Amino acid sequence: MWQYTLKRLIQGVITVWFIATATFLAMHNVPGDPLSGERAMSEAIRANLEARYGLDKPLTEQYFIYLGNFLKGDFGISFAQENRQVNDIIREHFPVSATLGILAVIFAALGGVLWGALTALYRNRLPDTIIMFLVILGISVPSFVFAALGQLTLVNLNAFFGVSFLPVAGWGTVSHMILPALVLGMGTMAYLTRLMRSSMLEIINSDYVRTAKAKGLPPARIFTRHQLRNAILPVITVLGPAIAAITTGGFVVELVFAIPGLGRYFVQAVQQLDYTVIMGTTVFYGAFLVFMVIVVDLLYGWIDPRVRLQ
Amino acid sequence: MTNPVVNQELLTAEDFAPLAHRPDIHGISRPSRSYWQDAWIRLKKNRRAMVSLWLIVGLLAFALIGPLLWQVDPARQDIDQISQAPGADRSATIVPPYEFWGGQALSGFEGGSGLRLGAAANSQAVRLIWDAVPGAGGYRLYRNIFPIDDEMAFGLPIAEFPNAAAGFYEDRLDLRPDTYFYSLVTLDADGRLTDDYQVLEVPVNRVITLDEVRERNLAPEAPELAVGDEVFLALHPLGTDYLGRDMLARLMSGARVSLFIGIVAPFLYVLLGVAYGATAGFLGGKVDQVMMRFADFVVALPFLLFMILFQVVFGIGPGESGILPMLVALVVLAWPATARLVRGQILQIRQEAYVSASRLLGARSGYLVWRHMIPNTMGVILVTLTFAVPSAIFTEAFLSFIGMGVAPPTASWGSMSNEGLARMLTHPHELIFPSLFISITVLAFNLLGDGLRDALDARMRSFE
Repeated sequence: MWQYTLKRLIQGVITVWFIATATFLAMHNVPGDPLSGERAMSEAIRANLEARYGLDKPLTEQYFIYLGNFLKGDFGISFAQENRQVNDIIREHFPVSATLGILAVIFAALGGVLWGALTALYRNRLPDTIIMFLVILGISVPSFVFAALGQLTLVNLNAFFGVSFLPVAGWGTVSHMILPALVLGMGTMAYLTRLMRSSMLEIINSDYVRTAKAKGLPPARIFTRHQLRNAILPVITVLGPAIAAITTGGFVVELVFAIPGLGRYFVQAVQQLDYTVIMGTTVFYGAFLVFMVIVVDLLYGWIDPRVRLQ
Repeated sequence: MTNPVVNQELLTAEDFAPLAHRPDIHGISRPSRSYWQDAWIRLKKNRRAMVSLWLIVGLLAFALIGPLLWQVDPARQDIDQISQAPGADRSATIVPPYEFWGGQALSGFEGGSGLRLGAAANSQAVRLIWDAVPGAGGYRLYRNIFPIDDEMAFGLPIAEFPNAAAGFYEDRLDLRPDTYFYSLVTLDADGRLTDDYQVLEVPVNRVITLDEVRERNLAPEAPELAVGDEVFLALHPLGTDYLGRDMLARLMSGARVSLFIGIVAPFLYVLLGVAYGATAGFLGGKVDQVMMRFADFVVALPFLLFMILFQVVFGIGPGESGILPMLVALVVLAWPATARLVRGQILQIRQEAYVSASRLLGARSGYLVWRHMIPNTMGVILVTLTFAVPSAIFTEAFLSFIGMGVAPPTASWGSMSNEGLARMLTHPHELIFPSLFISITVLAFNLLGDGLRDALDARMRSFE
């Protein structure tokens, strides 16, 4: 187990380095530069600014300075927002995105497992038909439409009953998080439901379930101990990529619900060509996602010992 | 049970005569079916997949043939019909050209008191006059499209008058055929708002001048038109958007963009993935390991972040649509999934007996790959391709939605949804149509993919 963990961690570090390099190369090929603004700048000021931000050095040197700073955990100073450290921006806004993302993942995983198991148990009967129809809807409708419809429903509900059940937009309390997390997790939940359903159907017909039934175990125990536990394995495998999809998918939800998350700042930074913020956010997100995938893989190895041995 | 000894006695020499050659016994009574014919027959039995297939054909026809049948420029603005819902009233009354108004009540509008109309209200101008309110220091005029309720939301402030005398105002600001609520709020001597206000409900009729009718050729078969006649404005079957552009034409040109990215990008990256995966799988060993490690790195890149980053790197110059950068970014980032899949398949097929047999018969590597390996992975590739289309369409919609996709005025379903979202409450059709098209397309490709998977590959068959 330790060897496996170490191997995965080393792979992760190399992947993060690759992400950092790709980001660096991509950003240095962007047409225009952060200093070319609307106002004309004299040569001397320009040279001073370039020296201040280290843009006058050769590319390889800039690259090594950049990597060195990353190792020290220093992402630099924002170009667009005066005197604001990229670290501060991440520290301030990432927890918001992470909270939203974690809530959405929990919601998607729980919902997916529950609905998937239900559809398999009620195969080809009414609950199955209804849930599978909703699942197809969940897979086919873009998240921004869900977000808009969710807000619309909430506005009408609040107006109809004359009380504010949940806030329509904004951030701050738990009640602010519920609707965005639901919307964000919707697509993934639909996907996980399908996965859970097919994996559950496979297990319902397996020998050990028949044996358990023959032994006379109560159905509830067969369901929790024999079926659910085994059917859940494929769901855990895709949880890593699902976390990645949900965290980056948060951009739209953050935009629609006016949530001050990192995704919104990333989009803003891209529009302003804010080099350091773009590079810092990308590498940070990349490292976070790589780390999450490793955690999920280790978790999987812990649950299913066969994986470790490979 | 019969006794074998007894049977022995019953046998005659005839029983040992050679059988006559009967050619019909080896004949195959049914026509032989290839893998693809078989798959097609299975697909045809799947109702959902067939309906989806016809939907996709319909959508392609909508994008490709549609603009030939409905020849309306998607960028042309119809200023008189802005945010028009489908099936809305298109009639307009012909009126004389606009003339200056000096604040006198015109004939038919004399008399009355308080805030009142000074002339017939139409989309050319709304002319208001009012009497002096005792003790007033001035007035502020508001316009709203909703009735004024207890909360006194007056709407848009359109003019302020610092003098207490009776006044008049001519509103020509962006008038639509709708009912407007004008509120005249009295100001006190210091110019502050008081609680004293009067409201006037004004139904506005749509009007057009004769010159405009001629210019836009709205009534070609009735040249003898006069003031007071009714004409119909240009037809927009699915309404117009917030800039008065025809929704049907925009949906068609948006379909071209969305389906182009949705189909061409997956086609290209699946092709790249197949070439990469087949090479790695076929060569095997060190090369395979290095190639696959590189693919792992590309998979680890946060997809949407790098899509956005690449959009910036490639840059969208003035006058460009931004379709090409998106295509390139998708191809560069999305190929590894297919490559992994194809490599796995090739590694498996390499062990098959028929490949060894072919190799033994002297087949070269190229022949093996082209003749045995690629055709046998074709089913998986086709299913991957079908499922890649919805995700590419989603990616395009997502990027256009956050404003990092196609550049205006190019229409795509994603950018149209983004524009429609802002007016969701007042003009829902601007959001409903584009998002409906996205949903239907994604749904059709998903269901077709399910059907194809069931038809092409028994191993991957789902339990539905």
